[in-house]
Amino acid sequence: MDSATLLARITDYASRPNPYPLYAELREAGPVVQQADGSYLIGTYHHIAALLHDPRMSADPRTRGEVTHKPPFLRLDDPEHHRLRTLAMRPFGPPHSPGRVDGMRGEIDRITKELLEPFEAGRQIDIVDDFAYPLPVTVICRLLGVPREDEPLFRAWSDAIVAAADVRPDDDSTEPDKAGDQARMEMGGYLLNLAEQRRGKPGDDLLSAFVNEPDQALRLTQEELAETAVLLLIAGHETTVNLITNGVLTLLRQPEQLDLLRREPGLMPRAVEELLRYEPPVHMRERIPHADLDVAGTVIPQGTSVILVLASGSRDPRRFHEPDRFDPTRPDNQHLGFGSGIHLCYGAPLARLEAQAALGALLPHLGTARLVQDPPPYRQNAMLRGPRHLSVQL
Amino acid sequence: MPGDLKDGRIVIVGASLAGLRAAETLREEGFTGSLTVVGDEPHAPYDRPPLSKQVLLGQATADTTELPMRRDTEAEWRLGVRATGVDLLAKQVLLADGESLPYDRLLIATGTRARPWPNPEEGALDGVFTLRTREDGAGLAERLAARPERVLVIGAGFTGSEIASACRELGLQVTVAERGPAPLVGALGGTLSKLAAVMQRNHGVDLRTGVTVTALNGNGAFTGADLSDGSRVEADVCVVALGAVRNVEWLADSGLAAGPRGIACDAGCRAFNMYGIVTDDVFVAGDVSRFPHPLFGYQMLSLEHWGNAVEQAEVAAHNMVSPGPLQRPHLAVPVFWSTQFGLNIKSVGVPTYSDHVVIAQGSLEARRLAMVYGYQGRVTAAVTVDMAKVLDYYRHLIETAAPFPPPPGAQDRAIAADITIPSAVPDPSVLSHGPTVALTGHLPDRRLTVV
Repeated sequence: MDSATLLARITDYASRPNPYPLYAELREAGPVVQQADGSYLIGTYHHIAALLHDPRMSADPRTRGEVTHKPPFLRLDDPEHHRLRTLAMRPFGPPHSPGRVDGMRGEIDRITKELLEPFEAGRQIDIVDDFAYPLPVTVICRLLGVPREDEPLFRAWSDAIVAAADVRPDDDSTEPDKAGDQARMEMGGYLLNLAEQRRGKPGDDLLSAFVNEPDQALRLTQEELAETAVLLLIAGHETTVNLITNGVLTLLRQPEQLDLLRREPGLMPRAVEELLRYEPPVHMRERIPHADLDVAGTVIPQGTSVILVLASGSRDPRRFHEPDRFDPTRPDNQHLGFGSGIHLCYGAPLARLEAQAALGALLPHLGTARLVQDPPPYRQNAMLRGPRHLSVQL
Repeated sequence: MPGDLKDGRIVIVGASLAGLRAAETLREEGFTGSLTVVGDEPHAPYDRPPLSKQVLLGQATADTTELPMRRDTEAEWRLGVRATGVDLLAKQVLLADGESLPYDRLLIATGTRARPWPNPEEGALDGVFTLRTREDGAGLAERLAARPERVLVIGAGFTGSEIASACRELGLQVTVAERGPAPLVGALGGTLSKLAAVMQRNHGVDLRTGVTVTALNGNGAFTGADLSDGSRVEADVCVVALGAVRNVEWLADSGLAAGPRGIACDAGCRAFNMYGIVTDDVFVAGDVSRFPHPLFGYQMLSLEHWGNAVEQAEVAAHNMVSPGPLQRPHLAVPVFWSTQFGLNIKSVGVPTYSDHVVIAQGSLEARRLAMVYGYQGRVTAAVTVDMAKVLDYYRHLIETAAPFPPPPGAQDRAIAADITIPSAVPDPSVLSHGPTVALTGHLPDRRLTVV
């Protein structure tokens, strides 16, 4: 097959259950594979890692000439990216809030336990709707300070925004972009309103911390606050759901690994790292060079879209021994599941904690469980890839 | 016989980071023979970087920095006993308690100790400290917690600067005396040393450069010091931070190539003897070693860095149990870090192996930058200030001998990113502090001067 159609084939919904053979084809054709629409695909570990650290690679869509609003820090370059990410980190992680994520452990365990109450042997459940989705949503709502009962409201916005942000060939994206922009505006307004309600009456949530920051120099503008809050709410619940669901799917497909984890629950942190490598929630990221860039002998022109296929890099046999094997005991597992470089996942510590707690608590229920449908139905999104439902007979 | 290499008797002298990591790696690599680790300190291996940071700030106590064991080393730990010599012919390590330990292969990882104040009587005054061991850290932390009027730090290398930073964070008055023109200049060169000086002064350090301390005063207890410019500093605590001395004296009669700059070894961590002939059964790792590096003109490097101790120990251990063709070279690019005055400083490569520098990203004004070092038109090092995540990119440039200055297009690119300036690395002999990356052959721009 023509390697210039790889992006079209990868993003084709029919590939969603198993894109990995296409990633293998990409690595064979690579390291730098130009697509019919002019963009470039890169799927080899070492080249992806190098480009994730390369300061000449921009995350900002405006670098390829797109006329758009100022994006959230996920898609900004330094120094602005650094300024906003640092401000957003102040109430969430070190150095200013080192105990924040760890302090949520008890609450995560409690939510997990509650969700697992109806999980009785013999019942059929949907891992996504009954467990993997409600857990991170409840956690991120609690963390940000968003009422849990508003979930139907922001779920619709989130769907539209995530659809607009997906990777597509030929950029036939006018419709989703419009819907995404509209949703972003509405969601931003909604979150600003919530933040406003906490002005002067702070709770222990991030919106309160942002809006009540006493130091003018450390305060987000209204626009920045809206963009940041939208980003955190979406990222906080669109990715962890896939990580947990992919974990259940992977373990039920590989009973011997499930048995191993049931015997040695202490392996769970490593199993989650292996999941992030083997079935990651985020499959691709886009970057755009600020200057003509020579990558392994191919000159990528300034302003061209470059798709880094992280999930392919994490399956690169030049980096990982037997990459297509799920091995919770794998040593030296420096996967690309959270990206790398300056945009390394902001919420990684929370995602790890949630996935470890969720899968750990679920293990006792999976002893005789089986998949009702394999492969399960997938969500449309190719970049944030995961099952829409995962029916399991307990 | 390759099979035999996994068996036999291995002795490791030195029970700190390098010794521990080597012991773990030996077992990981399938060594099933007897393993003995000798250490002159009475403690299990512990971590030293926190001693000049968290321990002084009271965030951790000195007895809690024990290094985690990554696996059971199944070793006999001979702690609290000093090795006094080695008999290469009889293949025995001699211990201070009179015992001798026979070995088939030996790893030397005895590290360094703090350079003491040259006048022993003055150095013995109550309130005068060096900082290297757990006891040093505990003693100094206790004294700082008692809130002395003023602390005098002699030497503005990394350790001295970190101690001064901790003092300011504790709200203590501190004077830093440095013989060179600025703090950290021996490790980072002229431009960043000026930033370091500004940071110290902005944080309220009484920084005196271009001076030496000529006498420590006190009658039993330290009360102050005389400086070479005729001034006096009244203080009740003094920390001598004059760099490190390599623990090689015990090898003086061994016939190994051991001297003040360390024990010379090849890229595979095998020690040289005094005739420059490589040994087959004596290996070296960590701060006490000096080894050739192809990226830096095959100069003998000696590195006082945490990361090097780990990586070199792992290579040495692998080579101790692997036949020649399967042995690996120690080629890791040097990396180190320091936190002081609210800044995170990280370095990759060898900044002293340079003739010019350029600020590639960020700026001095923002206190956030990436400084790239070049030698004869290629990139040889980079130092970041609060910008550590870009360091991998510059390491790649060093490893591939990329042209200096680095190519255009970097985000947050400095206005002056094309303007290179001399790196201004001084001759180490004019400083109070050690460079921590020592080129033990020649400085590149002074090819004829042995340093």
